[in-house]
Amino acid sequence: MTTPQTRTGIVWEYAPAPESSAHVRLRGSYGLFIGGEFRDPLDGTRVATVNPATEEPIAEVAFAGPADLRAAVEAARAAQPGWAGLPALDRGKYLFRIARLIQERARELAVVESMDGGKPVRESRDVDIPLAAAHFFHYAGWADKLSYGVGGREVAPLGVAAQIVPWNFPLLMAAWKLAPALACGNTAVLKPAETTPLTALLLAEICQEAELPEGVMAIVPGDGRTGAALVREPGIDKVAFTGSTAVGKDIQAALAGRAVPLTLELGGKSANVVFEDAALDQAVEGIVNGIFFNQGHVCCAGSRLLIQESVAEQVIAKLWARMGRLRVGDPLDKNTDVGAINSREQLERIEELVSAGEGEGAVRRSVACELPERGYWFAPTLFTEVAPAHRIAVEEIFGPVVSVLTFRTQAEAIQKANASPYGLAAGVWTDKGAKAFEVASALQAGVVWQNTYNRFDPSAAFGGYKESGFGREGGPAGLRPYLRVS
Amino acid sequence: MLGKRSIKTTAKRQGIRLAVSMLDLTTLEGADTPGKVRNLCAKAVCPAPTMPEVPSCAAVCVYPSLVGVAREALAGSGVRAASVATAFPSGQASLEVKLRDAEEALAAGAEEVDMVISREAFLAGEDTRVMEEIVRVKEACGDTPLKVILETAELGSYDHVRHAAMLAMEAGADFIKTSTGKAASGATPGVTLVMLEAIRDYLDRTGRPVGMKAAGGVSNGKAALHRLVLVKETLGDEWLTPERFRIGASALLNDLLMQYQKTQTGHYARPDDFSRE
Repeated sequence: MTTPQTRTGIVWEYAPAPESSAHVRLRGSYGLFIGGEFRDPLDGTRVATVNPATEEPIAEVAFAGPADLRAAVEAARAAQPGWAGLPALDRGKYLFRIARLIQERARELAVVESMDGGKPVRESRDVDIPLAAAHFFHYAGWADKLSYGVGGREVAPLGVAAQIVPWNFPLLMAAWKLAPALACGNTAVLKPAETTPLTALLLAEICQEAELPEGVMAIVPGDGRTGAALVREPGIDKVAFTGSTAVGKDIQAALAGRAVPLTLELGGKSANVVFEDAALDQAVEGIVNGIFFNQGHVCCAGSRLLIQESVAEQVIAKLWARMGRLRVGDPLDKNTDVGAINSREQLERIEELVSAGEGEGAVRRSVACELPERGYWFAPTLFTEVAPAHRIAVEEIFGPVVSVLTFRTQAEAIQKANASPYGLAAGVWTDKGAKAFEVASALQAGVVWQNTYNRFDPSAAFGGYKESGFGREGGPAGLRPYLRVS
Repeated sequence: MLGKRSIKTTAKRQGIRLAVSMLDLTTLEGADTPGKVRNLCAKAVCPAPTMPEVPSCAAVCVYPSLVGVAREALAGSGVRAASVATAFPSGQASLEVKLRDAEEALAAGAEEVDMVISREAFLAGEDTRVMEEIVRVKEACGDTPLKVILETAELGSYDHVRHAAMLAMEAGADFIKTSTGKAASGATPGVTLVMLEAIRDYLDRTGRPVGMKAAGGVSNGKAALHRLVLVKETLGDEWLTPERFRIGASALLNDLLMQYQKTQTGHYARPDDFSRE
């Protein structure tokens, strides 16, 4: 008998682990979801939605024109009294049904989300879709307890909510908007983003399956012009928007003089503050999760990394080594950490800001990973020697690019973290509890994470300070924007 | 993130072979006999006679009284005879007794020594006593590799695990090892990661590479592959060899073999198809 060897000489690499898309039931073409059915557009257009990882079209989607929007709002208006008049428990029952159907179709929704948006399937599978279901579950439970969410006062729904969501978390943002609106007795007209309409349309199918009453929810895909027209529709009673600060300002201007309540969740340039007494390896994981999660297409991304000078060199070395191990590529591979940039337009924006950073004298390091030839890609990038005045320290890049600044004292950290027109989120890394609370309460940010980052829960309120917007989503605070409280 | 790597097809087959080559096949029971140890040694040398591409294990780990039997049974195979020592598993004995224990193991032919730290001293804050014991045992070992068991389940926190790992490396450990296998928990993912990070930081500071042994609780193929992922993505490919990474286990080998055979045949064999020792 021959004796086996004791050394294998194996260099161990992960084999491709693609998530199958064979089970996905996409139609070739989608209409507008109005009045409980898919309709051909009256005066809209049909546009192909593209897989950003391959530049291949996935399906054709109808974009709503002005007459379509009018029809959607009218259908929602007609349905609203009936919806609000249902016993509250029954409204909750529909939302529970939607939540369960999202769970049932989770695998399909995750794959479609990754195909349409470019995000790693590990994230859509483990974050986007489960959280979307969780939001419906959470607000389903609130439907018959609304006045308890606002201190025991009398509540009434607002009417028809016009809702516009971005392309970075398409289904999750739709859930954040729809679940509280419907729980409160409003009906909704939701416009998904131009580049990522598919999961919202699958959600429309789910609403049909859940037998949600006709007209309670409309899905009207479109581009920026569609959104601008929707918020100017006379028949709406509420606007909720998540997206860029520039568009948010335009919406606020459009609503001037109208008694239409507005919720804005806009951009950010969030500070992730690492103190010298933090658990540094864990902080590095948090930094990576803060900025490379969803290719940095996260409004609350920890894009300004503030490190205490005494550990800056060490943290940057650890971070750079960690970045080298990120796996960039096929979003449908279960081992991919960083997927495709959502669109050519966004890729150009990232490239423009990154070259501005180099031009201003910051030191750029990009991971030398192999990027696929087709599709939109950007290697994870680290900027050091960044001055607070540089564009890359001020403007939202919305990509896998982190700018490192340093500080010497706690006071300086707070001052630098707050020196931004934005104020969406922040991270604090320290093992000292007292310091964490002191810093957190001094930071002008809607969300402050301590020793973690990008952690979301339907029971926690999310929203901004300053130019990051106003109004809160999530938890009981998320009910208020959809209620008239008396 | 690292907990979710998907290991399929060729990566699974290669990972299983790699894991087998890193195994310290272990028997540490009061009922161990020379006969059982010889059987285990035969299995370590040739884990699966029908699948010759499956390599030998790295070592067989036994009590000092049986290390002579193991040495003889393993002679010429390349599989090493390892012995626990220093009042394993509790470490509750005087330094003299511990040294004597280690010296006996070495005299009997141990090619690797697995010692336990004094948790009593560590938890009382007597770091110098913890280190002193390791230094003295390492002196006794000379060039024989010394694995230092932290018994992480008794340390109480990740901070303590990291601190104990640093003490052991400073004192000259060639490997740091999670557990005796006798405590409530062993090489959990969190503990393994903390120790790998400690090795990485110690390497950055001193330039000396230290090995890692995950023992206790790694009882199936999936858990073993998951530990390899942690090693690969924390310390890199240079640690994916039996010189730098070991898994201490007894039941694990058969699950690895069963998983490996499944990648070939497409279905699981019966547990009885593989000998227990």
